[in-house]
Amino acid sequence: MSISFIKHETNIDFIGLRKLAFMLSAAMILIGAVSLVMKGGPRYGIDFAGGVILQTKFSGPTDIDKVKKVLEGANLPGLVVQQMGKEKDNEFLVRTSTTDDSSASIHVTVAKALDEGFGNDKYEFKRTEMVGPKVGEDLRGKAMEAMYFAILIIAIYISGRFEHRWMAAGLMAAGLFAGITTLQYFHAPQVWLVFAALLITLGLCWFLRLNYALGAIVALIHDVLITVGLFSIMNKEFDLTIIAALLTLIGFSLNDTIIVYDRIREIRGLKTGETLPVIINKSVNQTLSRTILTSGLAFLAVFSLFVFGGAVIHDFALAMLIGIVVGTYSSIYVAAPIIISLTPPDVEVPAAPAVSGKGKLKAKTA
Amino acid sequence: MIVKGEYMNRNLRWRVLLTLVVMIVALSLVLPSVPGIKNTMLGKILPDTTINLGLDLKGGIHLTLGVDVDKAIENNMSNMGQDIKSTSREDDLAVLNPSLLPGPRLEIMLVSSAKQERFEKLLSKQFPNVKVDAKEPQAEDRVKYVLSMTPDYKKYLAKLTLDQAVKTIRNRIDQFGVAEPDIRRQEDNRIQVQLPGLTDPERAIAVIGKTAHLEFKIVDDTVDPAAIKQGLVGPGRELTAMIQRGANGSSSETPIVLMKEAVMTGEYITDARAAIEQNNNQFSVSMTFNPRGAKIFERVTGENIKKRLAIVLDGKCYSAPVIQDKIAGGKAQITGRFTQEEARDLAIVLRAGALPAPVNILEQRTIGPTLGQESIDAGMMATGIAAIAIILFMAVYYSTAGIFADVVLLLNIVLTMAGLAAFGATLTLPGIAGIILTIAMAVDANVLIYERIREELRKGVKPLEAVDKGYSKATLTILDSNTTNVIVAIILYQFGTGPIRGFAVTLVLGILMSMFTAIFVSRIMFDLYMSNRKADAPVSI
Repeated sequence: MSISFIKHETNIDFIGLRKLAFMLSAAMILIGAVSLVMKGGPRYGIDFAGGVILQTKFSGPTDIDKVKKVLEGANLPGLVVQQMGKEKDNEFLVRTSTTDDSSASIHVTVAKALDEGFGNDKYEFKRTEMVGPKVGEDLRGKAMEAMYFAILIIAIYISGRFEHRWMAAGLMAAGLFAGITTLQYFHAPQVWLVFAALLITLGLCWFLRLNYALGAIVALIHDVLITVGLFSIMNKEFDLTIIAALLTLIGFSLNDTIIVYDRIREIRGLKTGETLPVIINKSVNQTLSRTILTSGLAFLAVFSLFVFGGAVIHDFALAMLIGIVVGTYSSIYVAAPIIISLTPPDVEVPAAPAVSGKGKLKAKTA
Repeated sequence: MIVKGEYMNRNLRWRVLLTLVVMIVALSLVLPSVPGIKNTMLGKILPDTTINLGLDLKGGIHLTLGVDVDKAIENNMSNMGQDIKSTSREDDLAVLNPSLLPGPRLEIMLVSSAKQERFEKLLSKQFPNVKVDAKEPQAEDRVKYVLSMTPDYKKYLAKLTLDQAVKTIRNRIDQFGVAEPDIRRQEDNRIQVQLPGLTDPERAIAVIGKTAHLEFKIVDDTVDPAAIKQGLVGPGRELTAMIQRGANGSSSETPIVLMKEAVMTGEYITDARAAIEQNNNQFSVSMTFNPRGAKIFERVTGENIKKRLAIVLDGKCYSAPVIQDKIAGGKAQITGRFTQEEARDLAIVLRAGALPAPVNILEQRTIGPTLGQESIDAGMMATGIAAIAIILFMAVYYSTAGIFADVVLLLNIVLTMAGLAAFGATLTLPGIAGIILTIAMAVDANVLIYERIREELRKGVKPLEAVDKGYSKATLTILDSNTTNVIVAIILYQFGTGPIRGFAVTLVLGILMSMFTAIFVSRIMFDLYMSNRKADAPVSI
């Protein structure tokens, strides 16, 4: 006895819905972008901005306002006090920004203020972290670099694997390398380098007609942008673990995309004479039950982490949860339909007239 | 047909055997990490591998230190100036005022321009690591030289400084008594230090980060206090802060004038111990010098009777006792109303030697033991619940085939842990998150296969053939989709710091193991299940 959510092969016209989906995606990205602009960029945690955090637990019931009041007297730069976990935990996160090399002593200043305000046996530091501005800057650069390398290598891999065009993929890598080296020569800032790298990658994919890679990368950027935007709207901090979550969701979303691409490749290999839109729709439909199952199970697993995993890993889990939903959506509605928008009709071997109603397609086959 | 069946069975036997061997090896790697097993009889025959826990789980201090290599190079350059001066003197050449310029470069004045050739010859012979950047005739028949170090020598010095810093820090940590510290050099003149089990970052930083440059200098008590206030201390003198401690532990700083040139430094120390002072509860540090140091100390004290000898540590004067008599025997004491802990720590840094350059604390992360344990508990809880939810779901959704998937899922978790133990990798909190994700990804492989089998069955393909097709078609897809995850995980490993690396490691291990368990092992179970049925009997999937 077994169950299945999808009894028979579905035949949903995903391709027909793509305009609607594109609009939805654009709206989501735009809302996130507006939030980012209004808040002056992502809210960096101490990993990237530098600063000090002290996770402080009090032995008895403690009011957050009192903690704030006691610490405000200590003249700490950029002081933020947050409640952690449940109220009965009496746990607070004290955060300050950093002033160059004096960060090491902030810890002592906070301890002194708490000693005076509460008594030195009434609290303990469960975690203290200090990241100097230099290390923060380095970590930010490294995180950007990691994102960029992930996208580049994935573009090369997909082009080679799905279009058998390792040469073109190699060419793209070479072009990208040349472009970035030139920019580095002019000492362009890291953020610009990453943006430039993305633009070059997209441009080269376009120029070299690496449509699968382009579709996958657009989907990935889409996922990352929406997740980052939602994090900004929710006022969550960006730190190293969030970057790890973003990279992981890149891998995860890509996983879904590849399953669909794989099916497209398989059906194309059968040479049924169907047009690309039909093939893609078929592929998405045939893999739909798997996509829903896997994403659902992954969601279930990460949800368990989100609920039970503790405060330290909470935001990581949240980013993953968002990422799983967005990534699944993008594999179905972004990565695959984009191939149609990009592929000129003569690339396929169309015997039957197009069904998607695209004038261009019809004109070519007529 | 019969032949084929027998072949398949024999093949199956080998595959079962391989799986069993893998399982035994994996269990023997994992079991030592299970609490309570180590001390049993079983624990004695098992290998000595345990899964390392990261600092975020076991508690401890993580430090990133920046070594000020430029400062070390500057010091070296300035010493070289003194060397050039004294060597020249021995060679009957007069060289004046070596002074440091930014760069670092050294400006020196050669008296008598006729001796240029001899001086340059001496430079190239005795100081091959400096080169003449510029020379310029000056008034009174003098020649101004600007010298700099060769780039090779600078590089060599930087490396030497870093090597020595790592060695000194390791030495200090060893003497401090930390179990399994991890000290490694990083790019950009940085040193990363991990101290599991320690929870007081202030103290750790005091021991590791203290330059511990000890100097003995003669005090000049003749300078007028009014002049001191204005900072006018005269040539060859310097103004230093003298630390004065009250009996209650409070401290204040007063200015003191010292002769600039140190009469002796801490390099001759062979031993240093904390000692309790006789008439109060405070501690001091007593030092022992090597024979050469003892001789210097005897001479210096003999020459300066009734004067005060300042003991200067990292630019601060701790005490300045009056020299009553010549001190022989090579022993000295630093008194400064230290607490026992301070005296002990100071003794450690003096014994371990000075750092070749100042270090800055660039990053400090301390996880208390309670938080570590909480993270372990929360992580275990989350993993357990995720695993149970998925196992139940699979069993209900795919019935018998789902149970196969569940068995290989459990095997996958054991194998991932075994991989961690075998490679000596570190399990961190994000690493636990990685295991949870791996659970989802491992069942994904089975989901792919099973959905494919169902698809084939829907097409009317016979069960045996459908299983065969399902596995063969899904395998390539699984390989493709997992490759991207592995790529991402490798990039994460490259860029990440400790905890994130732990995540990358469990992710890669989990994915690799899932290829083995989901494709290879679950197939065995299917073959065993199918082997006793008719080709067209329905499959429970």
